[in-house]
Amino acid sequence: MDFPMFHLDWLNDRFLIAMIAIIHVFINHGLAVGFIPYITWLEQKGVRMAGTSSITNSEWDELVYRKMKVAFIITTTLGAMTGVGIWFSAGLISPSSIGSLIRVFYFAWFVEWLTFVTEVVLIMIYFLIWKQSNRSLKAKIRHIRFGWFLSVFSWITMCIIVSILGFMMDPGNWNTDHSLISGFTNPIYLPQLFFRTPTAMVLGGVFGMLLTTLFTARNAAWRNTALKYGARWILCWAPVSLVAAIIYYKAMPEAMRENMSTAVGTMEFAQYYDLLRYMIPASVSLVAVLGIATWIRPRAIRMWMVLIPCVAAFGFLGIFERVREFIRKPYVIGGYMYSNLLREEDYPLFKRDGLLKYATYATAGKVTPENKLSTGRDVFMLSCSRCHTTNGINSIVYVFERLYGPGKPLDENSMAAYIPNMHNGRTYMPPFPGNQEELGALVAYIKHLQLTGESLEGAQSAGVTVNPDNNMNLAEHITDTTQSK
Amino acid sequence: MNHMLTLLQATTPVPRDIPLALPLPEWLLVVLLVVSFLAHIIFVNLMLGGSILTLWAQIKGMKDKEYDTLAYEIAKTITVNKSLAVVLGVAPLLSINVLYTVYFYSANALTGLMWILIIPLVTAAFLLTYLHKYAWHKLEHNKGLHISILALAVLIFLFIPLIFLTNINLMLFPEKWGTVKGFMDALVLPNVFPRYLHFLCASLAVTGLFLFWYLGRKRYPFETHFTTITRYDIRKRMYALALGVSLFQFVLGPLVLITLPAKGVRWNLVAVILCGATAALPAMYWMWKGITGKPEDIGRNFKKVVAAMTLTVLLMASGRHVYRSNALAPHKKLMAEKTKAFELLSAEARKHPAPEGAASGVTAARPVAPGAAVFQANCASCHKKEGRLVGPPVTEMVSIYQGNVPGLKKWIRQPGKKRADYPQMPGFPQLSEQELSILTDYILSVK
Repeated sequence: MDFPMFHLDWLNDRFLIAMIAIIHVFINHGLAVGFIPYITWLEQKGVRMAGTSSITNSEWDELVYRKMKVAFIITTTLGAMTGVGIWFSAGLISPSSIGSLIRVFYFAWFVEWLTFVTEVVLIMIYFLIWKQSNRSLKAKIRHIRFGWFLSVFSWITMCIIVSILGFMMDPGNWNTDHSLISGFTNPIYLPQLFFRTPTAMVLGGVFGMLLTTLFTARNAAWRNTALKYGARWILCWAPVSLVAAIIYYKAMPEAMRENMSTAVGTMEFAQYYDLLRYMIPASVSLVAVLGIATWIRPRAIRMWMVLIPCVAAFGFLGIFERVREFIRKPYVIGGYMYSNLLREEDYPLFKRDGLLKYATYATAGKVTPENKLSTGRDVFMLSCSRCHTTNGINSIVYVFERLYGPGKPLDENSMAAYIPNMHNGRTYMPPFPGNQEELGALVAYIKHLQLTGESLEGAQSAGVTVNPDNNMNLAEHITDTTQSK
Repeated sequence: MNHMLTLLQATTPVPRDIPLALPLPEWLLVVLLVVSFLAHIIFVNLMLGGSILTLWAQIKGMKDKEYDTLAYEIAKTITVNKSLAVVLGVAPLLSINVLYTVYFYSANALTGLMWILIIPLVTAAFLLTYLHKYAWHKLEHNKGLHISILALAVLIFLFIPLIFLTNINLMLFPEKWGTVKGFMDALVLPNVFPRYLHFLCASLAVTGLFLFWYLGRKRYPFETHFTTITRYDIRKRMYALALGVSLFQFVLGPLVLITLPAKGVRWNLVAVILCGATAALPAMYWMWKGITGKPEDIGRNFKKVVAAMTLTVLLMASGRHVYRSNALAPHKKLMAEKTKAFELLSAEARKHPAPEGAASGVTAARPVAPGAAVFQANCASCHKKEGRLVGPPVTEMVSIYQGNVPGLKKWIRQPGKKRADYPQMPGFPQLSEQELSILTDYILSVK
């Protein structure tokens, strides 16, 4: 309520963050954290294979280099920019939550940044001096060492960011003492890190195998060997990933239930969670089947046979992230800030005096019969628009029609009876923050939306209306103090 | 101070700040912001300047092969510098987020579409620079296409700083926030374009000095790449470039200063900026001497040039911060006051919350049976006594569950689905056994 509200009325605001974040996670896990150690390991194998007469097996080395080139180009463009993009989009859509998180996690993010700089410098050294390092064995061995350093640093960056993600789900003791350490050591942290590490390795390996099938002709000399190494890699990591997934799967709701989130108990959550239950064994077994099949008959492996488990494994990660996101609800920062960006502790004030009175941007500070629609729109923007649109994805009209029957005219009284209590039944919903008049304005606006199909423009195109009843007073106050002095 | 406050008009929004303490003392965050931003912007300068010079050299290279080689040599630096530019941008982004949370995010939201477009645009430009670099030999005989790839990347690189400048400028003027509708409105606020030109010239100057060193350093195998162009030619050209644009900055600089809205201009700002400009003078003199002096002496004062220019850049970056801090000080004060007042109000309301339902006009005097209260809070959204609301009416529950309390309890905890045309009822596992008992008693007592 203190920021102009950026709003995508068709796409849904959360979708923007989700889209950018999921691309980033895929690249980070599949092409950096899990991929670099796989590449370094293969590069090392090349030196072993070469025997004593030459530095490395040059054809093999060329294949590994080409795979690394793909990762290098993607991570330093799309990977890097989507990382920044998560931040940009969160700043647009959830300014209060990202603003709060940065104040708490400044040091973690600063250390993350230092690691990140090291990672970028290392990846440039590793990739750009690859060819030069093939001139002497000493240089090659040093180069391989750079690969291992790079692997370690990619992993450390993930270690730090996972803590922040875990924190958002369950801040642990942070809510009582607001310190960085208690935020960092939240209960979800280690299970999540333990799960992500082997899963990234599996993703990196499967993606690497996919590149092998793309870059080598079917009867090429090193294709089978490269595929077999890939199979070894994923067979090594897949069981660890499975065990870690089960541990995480078990740890998550327990930890969540004991602490805060109520969304875990809902059917909506159960649906996602069920999906995860099938996705884990399904994708892990697909990967395992691929591994075993490659191990036995590498000659028979075609590109599509790798593509399917590859897509499944990435899909699995996608569902996992969705579950992780859902768990936080109704909060964006557990126990502290609801997903509508309002702090839980400010609710009594909003309930008592109304939300609009304290809103920086609104058409008025108080609901009157004349301004009911415009204030209703303000209330919607302030308390619903982070997750709901007017007529697009997860639209407010749709969710009510689902309750009362598709196409039926919405009844203001029923909605006004439903909204103040919805958080009891739909526990992923934050409680309604406003007062009775604001509730009336909101339902009138929703009814109006159903009738007209009107859309709602965000601050990025419609600008903002500075709340005359909130900011004017201050301006008067300024003039007063100026005159009095 | 007071005359400043009156400058804030009635329509100026005064939001509340994030009510959490800064993670470090403010001055330290400012130092981190200024220094880390400098590191970031130097590499942005090199990325932009490098790609412009590559484009220039490659076009020239269509007639003279040597320049094509030069273009290739400069192109190799772009992809490295761009990666450093991005990664070094994270620290200033972090710091500005902490120091100017409300100002920065407000400006971002008001120019939101363009702001988020930075991500795909920069990604595309980066991919184009890789394509340009790695397709150099493949597109040897298709120079038109090859040069267009780079030209497109250069256009994007030229556009992105405008988005950033527009944001950084808009955040300084909360009094304008109510009038801005989208990026274009914010773009035409005073000062954006002069600052943009100032930045472009700085990029060329920094790149000139960088290439002077990069292509002129001893370890660089210049003679294996070039036959007709000499090391001296290039170094002289790069010095001339840096010197020329630096001279031009003496025209642009005052223009930037004049177009700055008056609210942040103070003597402290003018002093810092003048010191910065003065520091550039000896650097320009040494460059001039290098260009006009003996070829073998051209690099003699290079370190001094770099030192003086570094000082200039540091002072200019500080000047930028001084303006920001001057311009926002009164508004920040108001914001802090408002935040504090709100926190007090909020704490007070937590202690004395409004009684439930008071606002709706229902008198709290009438005692409510506890079972009815549980029903009201958890069930009334979807069920009423008679007729369908979302779910079936209470009378129907009574007819089904009369005499079967455990069955009703089980259903409430973990409902199944009986009616195809009704939405699925959520479960209420959070209700305690006691609440559940009084609730079921209440439901079954309804007649």
